[in-house]
Amino acid sequence: MSFDGPAARIAAAVRAGERSATSAVAESLAAIDAAGELGAFNAVTADAALARAEAIDDAVAAGDDPGPLAGAPVALKDNICTSGAPTTCSSRILEGWTPPYDATVVRRLEAAGAVVVGKTNMDEFAMGSSTENSAFGPTRNPLDPERVPGGSSGGSAASVAGGLTPLALASDTGGSIRQPAALCGIVGMKPTYGRVSRYGLVAFASSLDQIGPMARTVGDAALLYSVIAGCDPLDSTSVPEPLGDLNGALAADVDGLRVGIVSELSGEGIDGDVLSRLDAAATALTGAGAYVGEVSVPAAVYGLSAYFLIAPAEASSNLARYDGVRYGLRVPAAGAVDMNVATRTAGFGDEVKRRIMLGTFVLSAGYYDAYYAKALQVRTLVVRDFAAAYERFDVLLAPTSPSVAFRFGERTADPLTMYLSDACTVASNLAGHPAVSVPFGSGADGLPVGVQVMAPAFGEDVMFRAAAALERLLADVPRPDGAAATAAAKP
Amino acid sequence: MSDRPGFGADRVWQSGSPGLGAPAGTEWEMVVGLEVHAELLTATKLFSASPNAFGGQPNTHIDPVCLGLPGTLPVLNRRAVELAIRVGLALGAEVRPSIFARKNYYYPDMPKNYQISQYDRPINTGGSLELPSGKVVGIVRAHLEEDTGKSTHVGGAGRIDDAAWSLVDYNRAGVPLLEIVSHPDLRSAAEAREYVTELRATLLAVGASDGKMEEGSLRVDANVSVRPRGSAELGTRCEVKNVNSLRSLGRALEHEARRQIDLLSSGQRVAQETRHWNEDTGRTSLLRSKEEATDYRYFPEPDLVPLVPEPALIERIRADLPLLPRQRRHRLAAAAGQSPARVALLVERGQDDLALAAVEAGATPESVLKHLEQHLADGAGALTAAGLAGLIAMEQRGELSSNQSKAVLAEMVRSGGSPSEVAQRAGFEAVAAGELAGVLERIIAEHPAEWQRLCTGDERERKKMQGFFTGQVMRATKGQANGRDVAALLEDRAGTSADSAPG
Amino acid sequence: MAERISRDEVAHVAWLARLQLSAAELERFTPQLGDVLDHAADVAALNLDDVAATSHPYPVTNVLRDDVVGPVLDRDEVLAQAPSSEDGQFRVPPVRGESP
Repeated sequence: MSFDGPAARIAAAVRAGERSATSAVAESLAAIDAAGELGAFNAVTADAALARAEAIDDAVAAGDDPGPLAGAPVALKDNICTSGAPTTCSSRILEGWTPPYDATVVRRLEAAGAVVVGKTNMDEFAMGSSTENSAFGPTRNPLDPERVPGGSSGGSAASVAGGLTPLALASDTGGSIRQPAALCGIVGMKPTYGRVSRYGLVAFASSLDQIGPMARTVGDAALLYSVIAGCDPLDSTSVPEPLGDLNGALAADVDGLRVGIVSELSGEGIDGDVLSRLDAAATALTGAGAYVGEVSVPAAVYGLSAYFLIAPAEASSNLARYDGVRYGLRVPAAGAVDMNVATRTAGFGDEVKRRIMLGTFVLSAGYYDAYYAKALQVRTLVVRDFAAAYERFDVLLAPTSPSVAFRFGERTADPLTMYLSDACTVASNLAGHPAVSVPFGSGADGLPVGVQVMAPAFGEDVMFRAAAALERLLADVPRPDGAAATAAAKP
Repeated sequence: MSDRPGFGADRVWQSGSPGLGAPAGTEWEMVVGLEVHAELLTATKLFSASPNAFGGQPNTHIDPVCLGLPGTLPVLNRRAVELAIRVGLALGAEVRPSIFARKNYYYPDMPKNYQISQYDRPINTGGSLELPSGKVVGIVRAHLEEDTGKSTHVGGAGRIDDAAWSLVDYNRAGVPLLEIVSHPDLRSAAEAREYVTELRATLLAVGASDGKMEEGSLRVDANVSVRPRGSAELGTRCEVKNVNSLRSLGRALEHEARRQIDLLSSGQRVAQETRHWNEDTGRTSLLRSKEEATDYRYFPEPDLVPLVPEPALIERIRADLPLLPRQRRHRLAAAAGQSPARVALLVERGQDDLALAAVEAGATPESVLKHLEQHLADGAGALTAAGLAGLIAMEQRGELSSNQSKAVLAEMVRSGGSPSEVAQRAGFEAVAAGELAGVLERIIAEHPAEWQRLCTGDERERKKMQGFFTGQVMRATKGQANGRDVAALLEDRAGTSADSAPG
Repeated sequence: MAERISRDEVAHVAWLARLQLSAAELERFTPQLGDVLDHAADVAALNLDDVAATSHPYPVTNVLRDDVVGPVLDRDEVLAQAPSSEDGQFRVPPVRGESP
């Protein structure tokens, strides 16, 4: 089968009656319990998960098919609403709040037989690249506990990389799935904007947010993606485009595939060890019959600037609702306005405050045209320049993260340095295009490096085709790597 | 100023005291533009499926979306869009591709602390509303937005500023509103009231709103300025809020205009600000100065996609529009040979179809209008056009006195039927001419002095005495005498008695 | 280059966003926000007069739902999550002044 990976194997065994969902879930819960020091989970829903697993086992026993993810444990980033468990966004301001509804992706997971085992830690409201901005403490990188797992979806990445769950869902606004996936050595994918319903995803920046899968293999990621994707009447921005033949794409070779390396994203500001892995990937693809060339996407250099205007602007509005009136934290005060101020001041961390203020500023009278309006125009340029690149290439290649996993505290002093972590990933969010990070060996200190495959809108099939090929080719590449890879792949 | 002139459409204000800003005796003109918020008559809210219904226990018409819970997303209500287009077409607006925007400000009754509204690209732009008086008021735009919840201020003295705490009910949050913004074309409180009345009638006609100001489903904010009459420039305006009835609107405008005139007349300036109308004190008070005005930070709502009404949809809605009050006025006016203003009352009462049919059935338009205007304020009941036309014909043939006619009309309103049948049932038969003459002779004999005055008095005296004798005859015949017969008889008898007047 | 955002402006946007900053925070946040705006100077300097704005990745239009009543939330469950409630309503400290 093409959807291959630990989750797919669990589901196949459960569906065939060869293994119980209960055992798979219990195994996951035990692993989560044993890995408490990682700080990957904000909440573990053990009782509900075991009850759900038993129901799946009963269904199998009764001859029913629980679905393509039967019995597969899944961790949810704690910004995905679940009626059975608190949803905190790793923020004090939402502490204790349990949504009265399930996100659409949660319903889809359940319909596919998956079992949610808990909610994972994250940078507060998904703002950050290291999971150091969580109000509940950081998550550690399972590959090196002195280092960050990346962010904002660090908890989901650590859960999958640490073997706690085979699958996790996370959200990606500027790279929050792909960057931690790269830093933790797993597969993380951001779908085309609109592929996956955002209903029940606590909004950060609505025009950029997408929910996507994290998994240990490309096949598992594609399988989880195929389960959560689909048009949702509850999300006006979701789209009904067909998914394409993902199974076929995963099995296909890359003979004749045109792969463009984005020059603006693979030069200045990217560490040498990361670039050498990108070169190795290019070489491997060339060897497998792909045509690999360099391509310029000029507007990509403005991506980060535009992103750090648009995302905070939308966030400043999305986060206005946390005011101490209807749910979550309230800090008492004599008047309503004072109460709003006291609550928000106590409830939000510094990074969230910075972005709210930045967003408020760029939308405010006198500055809107200079900043926000310009950023929306840059977004047009990004879309246009990518469209031009996709006339010549089927997929584009770039690093996922400018560096391997960094140490705690290394980038917290200077927010701008932290923001640069998103340099390679934000363009896909601005354009709304799909992109996936695939582990491709290791760089400095033996830490994993991710290579990013980008594709045009609704091009998940060709994106997965290239990603699956890279995964297979990695086996043929010498490890540990570095000097072995050359720039020869670039024509 | 102690002298407070009225502010009717034709009144003129004058500065009572010399001021630095304007010379004494300056005539002032009020300039008003109105923003009317109409709740649309949908089953559900603008962006979610909880009920749009007035009343109900607090917080029972709520869902995750209208409560702004984290993770929820708006989805636009098709019916609300259709109703907005109906109103737009009724106002002659251009229905255009539009987008939604977020208007950001904090208030506890607003669940998301932003309001989804339309800003620079509203669904309806331009258009006009013709008032019964014939005046045409320009419309700037009519756009969709969501309503807020309601705060009740508890404790203290019940006033906002003294409240010990506030309670919030979100039943109204997310109810679809159409905000209809007029040009500053209105020149008096009376005109403003006429505009709101006509707009309300139009909204009701197209089924967009129930127009209940007392329930808050129609709300009015007024932009008011004053200027010397004849000036082409607009004065500095103030926005007056919390105007909850037509009566309040008139009072608030008059008060606010007077306040501004007093300022200008005493050499002060009007500051651009938002003011709150207090119904109890009859005054407006400062709510927010221009400097305090919130920076709303509008930006395109990323959770919604553009609305691009298909031409076919617009045409289908246009074809489905009922006759509007303005069209009905013109239609009846043309049929009756009157001005639209003259027939406005009947259109307002919804009696124009009846009037038209009666005129078509051959009744004299003037009689039809008079009957309906004077006798049918409480509705036409079971009255048919044929019945009304028949009644008017009987009157004209002298078969009914005016009192009898009124009685027959009332009976037809109650239970229908034809006027001849009703008259017969009631025993109304005109008093025979001979009998009437006998009655009159008896009355002349009883009131010789009065008769003398009728025969020899001046014009005024004669008129008065004619009235006296007609009344006496009517009383004697219990109102069954035909008024015109009595008049003719009086004239005859007075002519012949000129010589034989008692000396 | 003039500073892209002043302390006063930071204090003002904090107020607009219903946040309170201590003097020390104001001191710290002002240059941090300035750095990000400096980084965005390349975008602010672009001449893009002929470029349309993209506020949405795709040209989807007219996503509408039918006007059919759906389920409502249970009031008691909703109010159980509220910091304070009374008589079926959300209770807040006194609101002074009208909504805009």
